[in-house]
Amino acid sequence: MTTRIDTRLADLKKQGRAAFVTFLMAGDPDPATSLAIIKALPQAGADIIEIGMPFTDPMADGPAIQAAGLRALKGGMTLRKTLDLVRGFRKDDDATPIVLMGYYNPIYIYGVEAFLTDAKAAGVDGLIIVDLPPEEDDELCLPAMKAGLNFIRLATPTTDDKRLPAVLANTSGFVYYVSITGITGSAAANAAQVGEAVARIKRHTPLPVCVGFGIRTPDAARDIARAADGAVVGTALVDALAKSLDAEGRATSSTVKAVADLTASLAQGVRGAAQAAE
Amino acid sequence: MNSRPNSFRSGPDERGHFGMFGGRFVAETLMPLILDLEKAYADAKADPAFQREMNGYLKDYVGRPSPLYFAQRLTEHLGGAKIYLKREELNHTGSHKVNNVLGQIMVARRMGKKRIIAETGAGQHGVATATLCARFGLDCVVYMGAVDVARQEPNVIRMEMLGATVVPVQSGTRTLKDAMNEALRDWVTNVHDTFYCIGTVAGPHPYPMMVRDFQSIIGHETRAQMQEAEGRLPDSLIACIGGGSNAMGLFHPFLDDPSIEIFGVEAAGHGLDKLHAASLTGGRPGVLHGNRTYLLMDADGQIQDAHSISAGLDYPGIGPEHSWLHETGRVKYISATDEEALAAFQLLSRLEGIIPALESAHAIARVIDLAPARASDHLMVVNLSGRGDKDVPQVGDILKGRKAK
Repeated sequence: MTTRIDTRLADLKKQGRAAFVTFLMAGDPDPATSLAIIKALPQAGADIIEIGMPFTDPMADGPAIQAAGLRALKGGMTLRKTLDLVRGFRKDDDATPIVLMGYYNPIYIYGVEAFLTDAKAAGVDGLIIVDLPPEEDDELCLPAMKAGLNFIRLATPTTDDKRLPAVLANTSGFVYYVSITGITGSAAANAAQVGEAVARIKRHTPLPVCVGFGIRTPDAARDIARAADGAVVGTALVDALAKSLDAEGRATSSTVKAVADLTASLAQGVRGAAQAAE
Repeated sequence: MNSRPNSFRSGPDERGHFGMFGGRFVAETLMPLILDLEKAYADAKADPAFQREMNGYLKDYVGRPSPLYFAQRLTEHLGGAKIYLKREELNHTGSHKVNNVLGQIMVARRMGKKRIIAETGAGQHGVATATLCARFGLDCVVYMGAVDVARQEPNVIRMEMLGATVVPVQSGTRTLKDAMNEALRDWVTNVHDTFYCIGTVAGPHPYPMMVRDFQSIIGHETRAQMQEAEGRLPDSLIACIGGGSNAMGLFHPFLDDPSIEIFGVEAAGHGLDKLHAASLTGGRPGVLHGNRTYLLMDADGQIQDAHSISAGLDYPGIGPEHSWLHETGRVKYISATDEEALAAFQLLSRLEGIIPALESAHAIARVIDLAPARASDHLMVVNLSGRGDKDVPQVGDILKGRKAK
């Protein structure tokens, strides 16, 4: 079956440009502001929206995204409310793909079958679960694919040619290439190395390859967009959001605009890659 | 219902599962290394030269075997079971932790790793890791929650003297679970040259199995020593549990002796209805730090703060094999509060001249009510997993504060 992710990436390919993928934490800093931000993203140029599911112990995330998760949890965010957020977004937008990204425990506690049913009904298209490698596919990956959701796998610089087939076997939607060995927001991606890695992955799969971790600026987004089918930006957007908050960590009148403005300039970077390539 | 297995000692399966517990829930970046480690450990285990070398260090560097000591005055005071202490606190570095660290460092050397990272709660695992890194000339970085850095200062100083870098962790609750998160973040970042020396029987497969194997020397020695002392096996075993490595080390060689009662003592903190660290008694199965196991968490699956007076037990999870032994009923898991541990700490100090670690004092606290309920020919073994030197400032402050009131 075809999801919004498949459709969107196929359309962009026809247009000859890479996707701009944004990441923000659900409920950061509060549910209402979070919904307003996410609603503003497509207009600002986001092609695919990743939404983080807050977790107390995000072992692959750097300080910025850790703090975003804690702000959201402090504001009362739960997995159920994250699905509400997606439902709220879908009221006005039935085309932009939504990918939920996070850690397995909240889903496991929600109940895998119930979660998949509710996520699909809310309008979720795909899942990225950091702590579910192919060795644990029985847990969520296979049930998710059966439920009609894309299960997007992370490939990393340590995923060698021997291991890639196992990583790609049950991946759908796109492959998320983690451009650095490290946590989110910790180092800058090297476009030349990323290009080689994407080419290597593409020798093993027809799926689009989006690249994330370590992309902060419009220039970096442009360079990565030349080398891949999509560029993911998370920490830079979360930082922009954090900087707009008041001293108590609450949203201000500039919060939505701060995120939307950075999204727009990053999106221009990604779109610039297509023009430059022509 | 779990049916009773033929053996309690055959786990885990090839995917690292003890029943439904265990597994390998880690980021893709780490998976290739974890598979390499599994292979390297299997090779080492099968290599007689590895065993021989390890036995040499265990004897001459660690000081094994640790004595099995008949605690005569404690036995007379409590009136009941004959109490033996397995003296792991006499090991070099002052606890059972060194047994595991030695094994892992030797595996790391076989894998050609030059940089070792570790998490630590009370600092005992950190000290053991810093010690063996000094001995073998390896770089050592220890992650320790900022709260624990403050309450276990003697061990921080010790690690630094041994040449390790101690990183105080400011994220989350600033205790052991956050130290483990930060160690995992370091590992993901430096995966090419770094070996993560996990301090307990938790984490992704093969760690729970490997750490258990290295700690099982405690139980193997106890079997032989009790045979020598009493001409038979003990009737009961008791040990404290945070992640559960000292307990697993004592218990594992006895799991298939059905007549032996086995007790694990979790930290009940301020009480089981308040803040505590008793994952089996007060938690339910979830997934954290690479494995499925019992965890303290809220209805949304968010991990909750644990609390124990003892930094080494202050963790909201437990090793997956313990979760399985709990569900199969082979081991009885009970708990002791901060207050009970404090009382036991003082009792053992005064009766036997042995100052126990606050962690081990939790086991002693339950001996205080288990021993009198048993006959005088009942042989009870308590794992005295660590010495209390590191706790002297903390307990001293608490007792001084009370006197002043």
